[in-house]
Amino acid sequence: MVEPYLRQSPLDHLSLDARAVGDPGGAGVVAGERRFIAKVSLRGDPADPAFAAGAKTALGFAPPVAPNTVDGKRDRYALWLGPDEWLVVGAPDTQDKTVAALRAALAGCHAAVTDVSEGRTIIRLTGAHARDVIAKGCPIDLHPRAFGPGRCAQSRYARALVILHQLDEAPTFDLHVDRSFADYLWRVIEDASLEYGFAVVAEPVMAALKRRRTPQGQD
Amino acid sequence: MTDQRFRNAAGGRIDRSRPLTFQFNGRRYDGFGGDTLASALLANGVRLVGRSFKYHRPRGIVAAGSEESNALVQLGTGARTEPNVRATQAEMHDELSAASVNCWPSVEVDVGAINSALAAFLPAGFYYKTFMWPPRAWRFYEWFIRRAAGLGRAPTEPDPDRYEKTYAHCDVAVVGAGPAGLAAALAAGRVGARVILADESSEFGGSLLGEAATIAAAPALDWVAGAMAELAALPEVRLLPRTTVFGYYDHNHLGLIERVTDHLGPRTDTTLPRQRLWKVLARQVVLATGAIERPLVFDDNDRPGVMLASAARTYANRWAVRAGDRAIVVTNNDSAYPAALDLSEAGVNVQAVIDARETPPDAWREPLRVRGIDLAAGRTVAAALGRKRVEGAEVYELAADGSRLIGAARCYDCDLIAVSGGWSPTLHLFSQSGGRPRFDAGIAAFVPGESRQAERSVGAARGTFSLAGCLAEGFAGGAAAALACGFGDGVAPPVPATGDTPAGPLRPLWRVPTAGHGGKAFVDAQNDVTADDVELAAREGYRSVEHLKRYTTTGMGTDQGKTSNVNALAILADLTNATIAEVGTTTFRPPYTPVTYGALAGRSVGDRFDPVRMTGLHQWHEAAGALFEDVGQWKRPWYYPRRGETLHQAVARECGAVRASLGIVDASTLGKIDIQGPDALKLLNLVYTNAWDNLEVGRCRYGLMLKEDGMVFDDGVTARLGPNHYHMTTTTGGAARVMGWLEEWVQCEWLDMRVHFTSTTTHWTVVAIAGPNARRLLAELCPDIDLESAAFPFMAWRDGTVAGIPARVFRVSFSGEQSYEINVPSSCGVALWQVLMTAGAKYDITPYGTETMHVLRAEKGFVIVGQETDGTTTPQDLGMDWIVSKKKTDFIGKRGLTRADCGRADRKQLVGLLPENSKDTLQEGAQIVAEIRPKPPMPMEGHVTSSYWSAALGRPFALALLMGGRARHGQTVAVSSYGTTSWAKVVPPIFWDKEGERLRG
Repeated sequence: MVEPYLRQSPLDHLSLDARAVGDPGGAGVVAGERRFIAKVSLRGDPADPAFAAGAKTALGFAPPVAPNTVDGKRDRYALWLGPDEWLVVGAPDTQDKTVAALRAALAGCHAAVTDVSEGRTIIRLTGAHARDVIAKGCPIDLHPRAFGPGRCAQSRYARALVILHQLDEAPTFDLHVDRSFADYLWRVIEDASLEYGFAVVAEPVMAALKRRRTPQGQD
Repeated sequence: MTDQRFRNAAGGRIDRSRPLTFQFNGRRYDGFGGDTLASALLANGVRLVGRSFKYHRPRGIVAAGSEESNALVQLGTGARTEPNVRATQAEMHDELSAASVNCWPSVEVDVGAINSALAAFLPAGFYYKTFMWPPRAWRFYEWFIRRAAGLGRAPTEPDPDRYEKTYAHCDVAVVGAGPAGLAAALAAGRVGARVILADESSEFGGSLLGEAATIAAAPALDWVAGAMAELAALPEVRLLPRTTVFGYYDHNHLGLIERVTDHLGPRTDTTLPRQRLWKVLARQVVLATGAIERPLVFDDNDRPGVMLASAARTYANRWAVRAGDRAIVVTNNDSAYPAALDLSEAGVNVQAVIDARETPPDAWREPLRVRGIDLAAGRTVAAALGRKRVEGAEVYELAADGSRLIGAARCYDCDLIAVSGGWSPTLHLFSQSGGRPRFDAGIAAFVPGESRQAERSVGAARGTFSLAGCLAEGFAGGAAAALACGFGDGVAPPVPATGDTPAGPLRPLWRVPTAGHGGKAFVDAQNDVTADDVELAAREGYRSVEHLKRYTTTGMGTDQGKTSNVNALAILADLTNATIAEVGTTTFRPPYTPVTYGALAGRSVGDRFDPVRMTGLHQWHEAAGALFEDVGQWKRPWYYPRRGETLHQAVARECGAVRASLGIVDASTLGKIDIQGPDALKLLNLVYTNAWDNLEVGRCRYGLMLKEDGMVFDDGVTARLGPNHYHMTTTTGGAARVMGWLEEWVQCEWLDMRVHFTSTTTHWTVVAIAGPNARRLLAELCPDIDLESAAFPFMAWRDGTVAGIPARVFRVSFSGEQSYEINVPSSCGVALWQVLMTAGAKYDITPYGTETMHVLRAEKGFVIVGQETDGTTTPQDLGMDWIVSKKKTDFIGKRGLTRADCGRADRKQLVGLLPENSKDTLQEGAQIVAEIRPKPPMPMEGHVTSSYWSAALGRPFALALLMGGRARHGQTVAVSSYGTTSWAKVVPPIFWDKEGERLRG
């Protein structure tokens, strides 16, 4: 792969690292970009035993069949996006490995495995007002009775399409967004956070904040 | 007059520890925290607050809530000014400033009042009748009408305030926080339902704020305070004061406007928004919107000092304000009696209660007597006296059938006429929800009929006016709504005892017979519609209530006919010998009260108005000084001017560089769709016009997509990556459309087709290098691909590395030159671009934008879908018959192309044009005409689709669609644009490298 310093994430031009704080203090909304996360689109029929077995072998878990749920392990998990569609999310730069494993295990099945890592990025939101700020742009009901950790949904935020994934009860959300809309989405969310207080954190702080609250669950 | 001499020393819900000053029409007054502008004006004795819409009649405050029809003011100044605010809803803050609307030079001396004298010439439908002819004169009329009519003024400066929008969800939305709404919210909230309770006022309590009622043997407001405390402690209950539910849409979708900081006045801290628009999706809705008291329709019933009895009562109880010194109370029902007593208690000299009924209820006789208030039965007020304020009232005996006045007038000397014509449930939201109101003769009002959505009305909104009834219905409705959402058992909490006096029946009273000295009896005060206007409309044949409304404009003001609706219908019913039920009611539409545009726009303003899509190279382009072109939501570099260069100069330089040496362009926005599955080939054969069977892995092919009608829809190059794996490209603007198109066919028509699509548009950064030196540069940076044409021919692709970056290189050309499109992971785009720029310096590598790209492709005669095509263009029209397979049994559009129309010889066909004047670049969109006439219309034969100056040709050229164009090569045609005519020669649509040697070489 290319030297990391030569690569640019979709939000690098905002110099978020320069604004990042170690302790978000009383900010109601805490945000950061999760850079270079592996994302692989998986298509196939879960009722086809060969596909189900192959996917499970390659991933180490069976992709969820309950709509809008997330299942998997800490460093690799799958978001249900449709009856025959998942987004497999993994640690940075593991996409080639995931693609190769899935293609090998699904050879002969009617399935599609496509690397989409570079086309999207993830904005992570947490904090006491994370739900309120999402409600400003997204019509989905995120009340704990209607949504929760391990749930995902395809929706929109303002005028950008997003995939929402709730990770814990803090609450922490990952917003997957097309890279070409990332700048717009970040600015709209930061603007919407004004009344709650807004802090930018870098990835290690993000992860630490999350671990402090929930020892398990997806990262 | 700053002594608030109409304010009582004690009582009310104002904060006397918070004195405030405000300005009205340039004069300073005092008020208190908790006041509205209306209550503070009345406290200061200001009665004349505005001029009416059409006749400029002096007007005062009529109501105490959102139903106010007269007291509209221009609130604030400068950028923050807001027109037509109801003074009754404008919360007082320090330094508030307001002015009357619709008067000049002042509310006291108003020139427009001349309209009042001309009233005989301004009947219903006046504008329709007068300003129809001649049609040309309308612009002249309009100029006058716009100046003479109209209410407040919109601000001309940008809005400095912040407005937010948010979505919200709940099990039970309760609209209105009077006794019924509070009870409903309690019943639903206690059993755990998610509740949103919204009320337009600053305080919850509704009618209880203005009455001296008792609940559970204590002041009703104690019960309200208890309810509020309980609700506030429930975690799933959201309380929204100062929030109007203005719209009820499909699927129980409600629109709410919360006035977050309006009551604080203009602020410099804009952390909190001025207003917040809530878009609420509720599983169940409880409408506890209360009822609105009806005015009485008598002569000069619009004089300042004629006020709804409930409003006068509310001013006394809630704001400790006496709406007058000497009053009479005129009614046709029981509700005005406690109002009269409360007014008297507050220190107003209430001389009499005038009740239209022959036998008023006995229960009130004794309390009135104790207070020294006369009771006059079977009588009513027929005229108000005075001009800028009420100075008296003429009261007559009313005939048993209400048709005439009997005997002589008794004149009362009074400055306040408090009236009650009965109560109309507030049905606006019910009506918006799709429900049809039904007329209830018992209360002479419309009440909610059958529900169309998951909603129920409770309390006064349902025609139940007793306090006990409101509480009972509220509790029951809240419990039932919660149960419908799966909470509780549906059993209503017990209803506390109330101190209600049972009410007797009312006597319907619509048009009070005229006193006969020429006064105007207003039905709709805001739109200046009189009873005579309704009568005229009826005489002229307007029987449908919808026609009446539009002809007279009754109910069409900003108050939406809150006080006028039923009176107008009833008068129409009388005149047409129909029942009110037969006449029916008009449909209410959102918004319940006006909503400012700022709130509807929210934060979608400025650079958040629409997303700007940026490629991974955007910041490089910006730094290089590129100007950008909008392509859909994308920003694409248009051209890169060097210091002092014009567009023309820059594009000539960029084109020259590509033709002579090397250019570089960001092609990342092209749509890309990854296609996998055993039926992928079958799919391509169906969606493209040409055959794909013999395309080998490692090769790519250009394809044209048609709609079913045979018209060109999109185009692009598709590569075969593996036996069942393809990479399709689309136009930039067509990417989403094509993806949706493919999914639609596979999901809806070709259900057994085994194929999957995944959008990969932004996964790749695509950099195209084009020019005679393209291969030389690539060879330096790409050690692992054999670039020789024999090994890597035109229309092939290879995987390898470029500048150390894993890349997929396509040998395709949109410029007509030797060209490679290098696809790399998007995060590596900048690295790739910079290496190419550095290593390409020796070839004078030149970044070029969309303008140069368009010139280069046009020189080659390559079409752009959407520029050379417009949805009526076939492949044959473009001269691309070669791409339409004659052998395939089917593809989308095949049958459409067999229509006789597609074979017409005079269809518009793609041609090239060479202007005769070599300095004359044709206008894109200019018409090719068969005959030049002094001005349009001229017979049109086609139009110019693309037109540029060509540096390579040293002259301008164009592409055009021309009727029968292919047979007309060599002819000269006239091109007309904006009154100028150019002459151009028709030529084949290719100008550069006709044999294609450069791009294959």
